[in-house]
Amino acid sequence: MKKTDVIIIGAGPVGLFAVHQLGIKGLKAVVIDNLDKAGGQCIELYPDKPIYDIPAVPECTGEQLTTRLLEQIKPFKTEFFLNERVDEVHQEKENWVVKTNNQKEFIAPNIIIAGGVGSFEPRKISLKEAEKLEGKSVFYAVRNKEQFKNKKISIFGGGDSALDWALELSKFSKITLIHRRNEFRGAQHTLSEIKKLEKEDKVSIKTPCQIESLDNQNELKSITIKFDDGKTEKISTDVILGFFGLIMKLGPIAEWGLNMDKKTIEVNPENFETNKKGIFAAGDICSYPGKLKLILSGFHEVALASVECFKRARPNEKYRFEFTTSSKTIQDRLGKK
Amino acid sequence: MPKITYKDIKGASKTIEVDNGLSVMEGAIQNEIPGIDADCGGSMACATCHVYVNEKWFHKLPKAESAEIDMIDMAFEPKKNSRLSCQIIVSDELDGLEITTPEKQT
Repeated sequence: MKKTDVIIIGAGPVGLFAVHQLGIKGLKAVVIDNLDKAGGQCIELYPDKPIYDIPAVPECTGEQLTTRLLEQIKPFKTEFFLNERVDEVHQEKENWVVKTNNQKEFIAPNIIIAGGVGSFEPRKISLKEAEKLEGKSVFYAVRNKEQFKNKKISIFGGGDSALDWALELSKFSKITLIHRRNEFRGAQHTLSEIKKLEKEDKVSIKTPCQIESLDNQNELKSITIKFDDGKTEKISTDVILGFFGLIMKLGPIAEWGLNMDKKTIEVNPENFETNKKGIFAAGDICSYPGKLKLILSGFHEVALASVECFKRARPNEKYRFEFTTSSKTIQDRLGKK
Repeated sequence: MPKITYKDIKGASKTIEVDNGLSVMEGAIQNEIPGIDADCGGSMACATCHVYVNEKWFHKLPKAESAEIDMIDMAFEPKKNSRLSCQIIVSDELDGLEITTPEKQT
């Protein structure tokens, strides 16, 4: 179990700035996020779209904002736990214990939930059989490509993930790329590479079709796909990889005993604490009278929450408000001389 | 201003004037129409603004793009006339549009 001062749930802009506000106060944090990279919605939904309402930054993209925030928190050497979804939160005396879907555990006096609208989850195949085989022969992400060596793999999807993995895994496995439309929306140069491999018989492409059934006797043997014209085809398959995109879901947050207003968490706007002492919520996921879902509001919210976190993490120390321009202590923490 | 009628599955209905250029989802949010949550704010990353479009109108709408169809698959009880209301942009041609909100949003 990892011990820290603050567990931050969500690596979007607000979670990242929380690291900064805690860091300059001398508090240690860990950041947990269900996506495979930091940035949250900024990176997942609009990496290339300009944002115009960050103070003193006339224009930047979601990706630039994320990169700059990561740069800003570099001095604090914060540990990130990505591809981890927080499933359980429970109290242990003065502390909170957080458990992820991969059984990782963390303990801290404070939690800041900066979870946006919840977690991004992969869209899944809606067949019961597929559910049973998930993690055994049905996957929605590649964590370790070694496990897919020398297999017959059916890859579903038309975006970059499907195309990139089709190309990569074709180096040592037999790939069938299956998509419900004739057009692939992933990078066209990757697609032309794959089309070359198709001619060499290393990859086979099936469109427009969808999965009809899984032939499963203890282990996956084959799948049946159905084309738009009604024809079906059986494809010998050991592994299914589905890349159907992500969907935003509130997820387990609703089960942590917090006061909720629809899908947002009610907070006290003085310190952004929830109804549970030591659990804070900031950014899009919190609600209070007049709440605006703006990145800049989230920055303000974590700044205030971090003060309360300090009081809980350092009960024997007195909190001193300091400016970064004049505080020697803060400048040391930032690695400035 | 085009009038849009929002109905629920039990038959309650509300007709609202929505500005051209807004989405049917935005019209609902601004007028506090229940049954349209729009968690992701219109970026096609959830399916909580899912609606059924009156058959008469469904074919008059510009076709859904593939990302929208993918999301609709994740909605609660999608039907042939399902759309994401964030992708229906109000214009004079849509004056009189009728949509029905599903029993619940996922």
